[in-house]
Amino acid sequence: MAEYSALSLLKNAFSGNRGWKPAWRKASPKPAYDVIVVGGGGHGLATAYYLAAEHGIRKVAVLEKGWLGSGNIGRNTTIVRSNYLLPESIRFYDHSVKLWENLSHQLNYNVMFSQRGVLNLAHSPAQVDDYIRRGNAMRHEGGDGIWLSPAQIARYAPGVDVSSSARFPVVGGLLQPRAGTARHDAVAWGYARAADRLGVDIIENCEVTGFLRDGDEITGVATSRGDIRGKKVAVAVAGSTGRVMKLAGIENLPIESHVLQAFVSESIKPFVDCVVTFGAGHLYMSQSDKGGLVFGGSLDLYNSYAQRGNLPLVEEVMSEITAMFPAVAKLRLLRSWGGVMDMSMDGSPIITKGPLPGMYLNCGWCYGGFKATPASGYSFAWTIAKDEPHPINAPFTLSRFERGVIIDEKGQGPTPKLH
Amino acid sequence: MSPRRAAAGGTIDRSRPVGFTFDGVKMSGHEGDMLASALLANGVLLVGRSFKYHRPRGIFAAGADEPNALVTVLRDGIREPNIPATQIELHEGLRVESQNRFPSLDYDFGALAQLAGPLLSAGFYYKTFMGPVAGPLKGTRLWMFCERFIRRAAGLGRADHKPDPARYERMNAFCEVLVVGGGVAGLMAAEAAAKSGKRVILAEQEPRLGGMARWSGEEIGSKPAREWAEGLAARLARMDNVQVLSRTTVWGYYDGNTLAALERVGDHLPRRPGDMPRHRHWTIRAAKVILATGSIERPIVFPGNDRPGIMLAGAAMRYAAEYGVLPGEKIAIFTNNDSAYRAATVLKAAGASIAAIIDVRKEISTAAQALAGEAGVVPLLGHAVVGTSGKRLQRVILRRFDPQTGLVSGDSRPISADFLAVSGGWSPAIHLASQAGGKPRWDDFLQAFLPPVPQQDWSGAGALTGGMTTAAALKTGRSAGRAAAGQKPSRARLPQTEEPGLDPSPAPVLEIRAGGKAFVDFQHDVTADDVRLAHREGFVSVEHLKRYTTLGMATDQGRTSNVPGLAILAEARGISIPEAGTTRFRPPYSPVPIGALAAERHRHFKPDRLTPMHDWHLEHGARMMEAGLWHRPQIYGQAGETVEQAYVREAKAVREAVGIVDVSTLGKIAVKGPDAAEFLDRVYTNIFSTLKVGRARYGLMLREDGIALDDGTTWRLGEHDFLMTTTTANAGKVMQHLEYYLDLVWPELRVHLTSVTDQWAGAAVAGPRSRDVLEACISGTGIDDETLPFMGIVHGEIDGAPVMVCRLSFSGELAYEVYCGAGHGIHVWEALMEAGGPFGIAPYGMEALGALRIEKGHVTGAEIDGRTTARDLYLDWMLSKKKPFIGSALMDREGLIDKGRIRLVGIVSLDDRPLGGGAHIVEDSTSEGLGTSIGHITAFCYSPQLERYIGLALVKGGKARHGTRARVSDPLRDRFGPVEIVSHHFFDPEGKRMHG
Amino acid sequence: MLISCPHCGPRDLAEFTYQGDATRTRPDLASTDTAAWHAYVYERPNPAGLHREYWQHSGGCRSHLLVVRDTVSHEIASAKFARKAREMIG
Repeated sequence: MAEYSALSLLKNAFSGNRGWKPAWRKASPKPAYDVIVVGGGGHGLATAYYLAAEHGIRKVAVLEKGWLGSGNIGRNTTIVRSNYLLPESIRFYDHSVKLWENLSHQLNYNVMFSQRGVLNLAHSPAQVDDYIRRGNAMRHEGGDGIWLSPAQIARYAPGVDVSSSARFPVVGGLLQPRAGTARHDAVAWGYARAADRLGVDIIENCEVTGFLRDGDEITGVATSRGDIRGKKVAVAVAGSTGRVMKLAGIENLPIESHVLQAFVSESIKPFVDCVVTFGAGHLYMSQSDKGGLVFGGSLDLYNSYAQRGNLPLVEEVMSEITAMFPAVAKLRLLRSWGGVMDMSMDGSPIITKGPLPGMYLNCGWCYGGFKATPASGYSFAWTIAKDEPHPINAPFTLSRFERGVIIDEKGQGPTPKLH
Repeated sequence: MSPRRAAAGGTIDRSRPVGFTFDGVKMSGHEGDMLASALLANGVLLVGRSFKYHRPRGIFAAGADEPNALVTVLRDGIREPNIPATQIELHEGLRVESQNRFPSLDYDFGALAQLAGPLLSAGFYYKTFMGPVAGPLKGTRLWMFCERFIRRAAGLGRADHKPDPARYERMNAFCEVLVVGGGVAGLMAAEAAAKSGKRVILAEQEPRLGGMARWSGEEIGSKPAREWAEGLAARLARMDNVQVLSRTTVWGYYDGNTLAALERVGDHLPRRPGDMPRHRHWTIRAAKVILATGSIERPIVFPGNDRPGIMLAGAAMRYAAEYGVLPGEKIAIFTNNDSAYRAATVLKAAGASIAAIIDVRKEISTAAQALAGEAGVVPLLGHAVVGTSGKRLQRVILRRFDPQTGLVSGDSRPISADFLAVSGGWSPAIHLASQAGGKPRWDDFLQAFLPPVPQQDWSGAGALTGGMTTAAALKTGRSAGRAAAGQKPSRARLPQTEEPGLDPSPAPVLEIRAGGKAFVDFQHDVTADDVRLAHREGFVSVEHLKRYTTLGMATDQGRTSNVPGLAILAEARGISIPEAGTTRFRPPYSPVPIGALAAERHRHFKPDRLTPMHDWHLEHGARMMEAGLWHRPQIYGQAGETVEQAYVREAKAVREAVGIVDVSTLGKIAVKGPDAAEFLDRVYTNIFSTLKVGRARYGLMLREDGIALDDGTTWRLGEHDFLMTTTTANAGKVMQHLEYYLDLVWPELRVHLTSVTDQWAGAAVAGPRSRDVLEACISGTGIDDETLPFMGIVHGEIDGAPVMVCRLSFSGELAYEVYCGAGHGIHVWEALMEAGGPFGIAPYGMEALGALRIEKGHVTGAEIDGRTTARDLYLDWMLSKKKPFIGSALMDREGLIDKGRIRLVGIVSLDDRPLGGGAHIVEDSTSEGLGTSIGHITAFCYSPQLERYIGLALVKGGKARHGTRARVSDPLRDRFGPVEIVSHHFFDPEGKRMHG
Repeated sequence: MLISCPHCGPRDLAEFTYQGDATRTRPDLASTDTAAWHAYVYERPNPAGLHREYWQHSGGCRSHLLVVRDTVSHEIASAKFARKAREMIG
């Protein structure tokens, strides 16, 4: 398959763009694989790619119920960051940022990762302490974090209301310069194309309807396109984890499914350069390359598997955005949509071997799945290939709740909607 | 020839000119014009530049469907970008600018992008900019460098950073029947429902009701259709049970028949009266909804189809019939269906000449033939437009076309025309219906999607349901209205209509393939070749197509491009359109100003919570700070004082004489009932059932997972009567926590909870002279050690106001919390201040409160942060072993008793420099880099007692590190230096002072 | 979404606080069965379809309601006082 480059673009431009080939083959299922990855979203595709690229395991199938990347990989607000508080999280997400930095090159696909910075606004002395603790934690783990004064914020992100007349005046902000945004769909397509080139079969419109078992052991999956055997079966279906795991007889998990809405405004000329989050509420905003302001807020706050949101939350998010950026009030909301999140009991993900023999589970991503895509795929592939976790995913077990070794970034405890 | 105003015709008022400017050029239109019609009347064909290639574009549609003619409105000193000229009502002084061009609309550097056209095909950005492995542009740096320029070229209008000065309003409405769309079907539906006595809301996005009846030229009930519609609209407006909302777009259909609408209240006025909001955001909860949203005309895709001077046929007809504007002199029509023939006759009647009617079909209905005759032309059947030329349209080029094979043949034939009206048939406006849930259904006859089977309580009427005639609109409108009102269908005669009997079924031809750029999505510059390229690269699902090419994602939400795009994809895949599928429509139907959705919260956001003493604090120099929604005094600064000087002075006053602090914000919950004590035993880690009446106790609560939740004192006022206090931050959370257990877990407990936070005002009077102060003003009770021991409670009066006093201490000094009814708060506060005058009483703020508690090692929210356990905070003495309590079952899990956990300690700065909350602590041996964090500082202050900077910290190992040295590491503030780890009980660890 | 509070009538979603899964049973106060406690605190069936769940009418009468709602369509099948519903079971 042809390399993507400026040269190949030029050559194709002169031949009417007729030379381009499909980004990935439309594979049909084979009877058996070394690894079956259930879920053709970002994490599943990344896992397949790293299995092939890092561990030489190429007899891999990725099974996707609908069209590739139809889940949260294409429904998020595209933010990539590692500005976490707890060392376990910082190590994991910073590993991810490092993979992001070279991802376009590695995949030969421009995922448009742009390190435009993520700025968290703080509005009270307590919040300042909290964010400074976080920034310092990042720095002690080798990451990047800078503290900005209101005057510096006014220069860095013009339009943010730093006046003392704001309802919650800005008293400072934590900036992670290496954080930024990427083009969400491109991540799915880039991993798919790169995995395909290494021999991975990407099988769309193939719904898993059951698991094949030999006693307790999982030996493959039953699908809408027939049974497929797999020496190892890896599940990466965040948003549908409950539904898929029930097929394997796992009735309960430390996860609830919730809907998260995202929004985009009409396209305008460059308006805000970095990602800004509003500390007096729950809001994050950035501007896409196309010019739309992309923003999101809190969950709709009830269990849901529907990709549709509610109106009160829309109003809440819009009032937050006008509180942070009063100029945005006159701009217009173009589109809203919803994604289904795996909200875990401590707000952190689960990447683990098990819970059944022959099975591997990657789930519980809450809001954080997009940025984690490379590290999640990387460490999940490692866990599958070596049957032991990589140091970055070792803390993210399923058993941590029983053991009380919880990784609770927000300190909200076992109330998933609050993470 | 440029477009111009016809001498007569339309509903504009030619006697009332309206002045406006476009790109600074003064122009004039008439009362009743839209900006689009006024621009056309002024001969303006070029209105904007497209997104990617910056191609010159003109007005293409009318109403909300416009993809091209977006402008920036300059008003009230701010810029409002991306408003369709077709939706702006002309008013005196209107100022608009064109967008996405530099230096001017006519000469735009960005148009150079067209030279790179083939290069910029779908997927361009994904295939390059990957960057080298090494060097200054390694990794993603090359992309970031190029991205800056790409971003500048992208985007449409320019917005400024000035705050929006407008006021927005929210309205909640309830009705029995909501009718969306004020065309013929909607009017009939509203009337039928209203006549049955139902409460009806009728919403229409346009300024005036009537829909197509306003410009169809038909007759209804032997009257011109416009007159009929206006008459019915006026009758409805007079009915008490009907609310007619014009300029109101229903844009969202949410769960539970909740719909969202935007009313543009004041945009059309030259000046809004002071009390008039700009927009009103409606939330309408309707028992029944009737969707009469009409249909949207779509174009045919052919090479050169985006040239200024090309417009949808229905829009051209509307500009002529409603606004008396002739969009061209010599007009060609290109169609796959009958409806464009009507446009031909209307344009002809308005004074244009019809150059040709080009129809892809080989046969047409007799009605269409008759209309062609009326227009004075013989239609060119079996022909298609394969190209156009002219900066503004001058020529269209035709070839023979076979609708069966989709192939063109024969010689090219130019026809001279200055305007081309195009029709590719009509699609029902199914957006709201689709938002309500369900999959749209394809209809082969109409070559369009029909709305899904209703998943919520709505029914459809008019063109939405596929009935494309006025007679059908009358009939389905009335029956939908009656059905929604629970009435049987009516047998009464409907008004007669006079309309041509057109064939509503278009030929299944939506694209002419003949080489050259043929646009599907005008605003995003997506061509038919882009769609095919996406298919070639495997992006064959509709969602992939949309995402890969950005088809349908522009501000018009693909209203005109959706079906043609699908048709091209389906053709490429060799499947039918319904097999290719459709994307899900999502709110909003058309863009909604963000300020309107924030409504009254724009510039306010959240309510302010103020204590009864708030004004006093301000009058006495308090600098306020945020504590959740509350405003609390941070310091009472004196002239020239720093924050540190102020709180040190205040804290010293407390330690040396007496201070007073407003504690009204503490959460207060009345816990009453025979089982109240038992309940408290279960929710607190320590025992409350043994507490004597008239005494208070400090309590700690855990969450179910064994992590600390909140702390505070609870007072036993009677055998079955407790007053619980919580931290300010957790008041609401604790209340809900308690209610949850009482209602759901232990419903057998006879306990009632009432939140009384706002009912009590509270002041803490602290310091060695606090008793003197109280003695000087309280009556009705003694406050000696006997009557009011430590943690005792008494009732009395201060200056006539009943008060309740508890002797407890957060500062570590002899102290009293004085509570009174909130209405007496300021009165009691002032009485305490007056009584304290002789003893040097000083009000103190949060900083001093913090310093005093740090000296004592008391924990607050900074330490009880949702991750710490009672043991982490050395509060294990409060974990009763005699009874189970919430959290006791899981608090001993291995991870929660691990030796490596961070635990509470005190720290002392050894370099006499301030510490900082959030600074980390590293081991003293750290020599290189920042070292490994062993914990962090939760709070710090300058301690007037120790005369040093001290702090509380959570550090690995906790107590085991007492007496050792470590280093503070605060790279964010560049503060590093030595500290000593000590006990968190810095001052008076035995508590002699508060007991004394 | 509208929830019909048996006390206040149909009210908008915005008046309610979601309190999660209602199928779990809290172990007896004195129970030391850690597995049962773990299941109660951390495990959720999280069904796609009908879900029994608690909502508190926090912006109204503050009662807890037992609501049966479809997590796919958001349609509410029933809403009653949780306290009464519990008493009837127990």
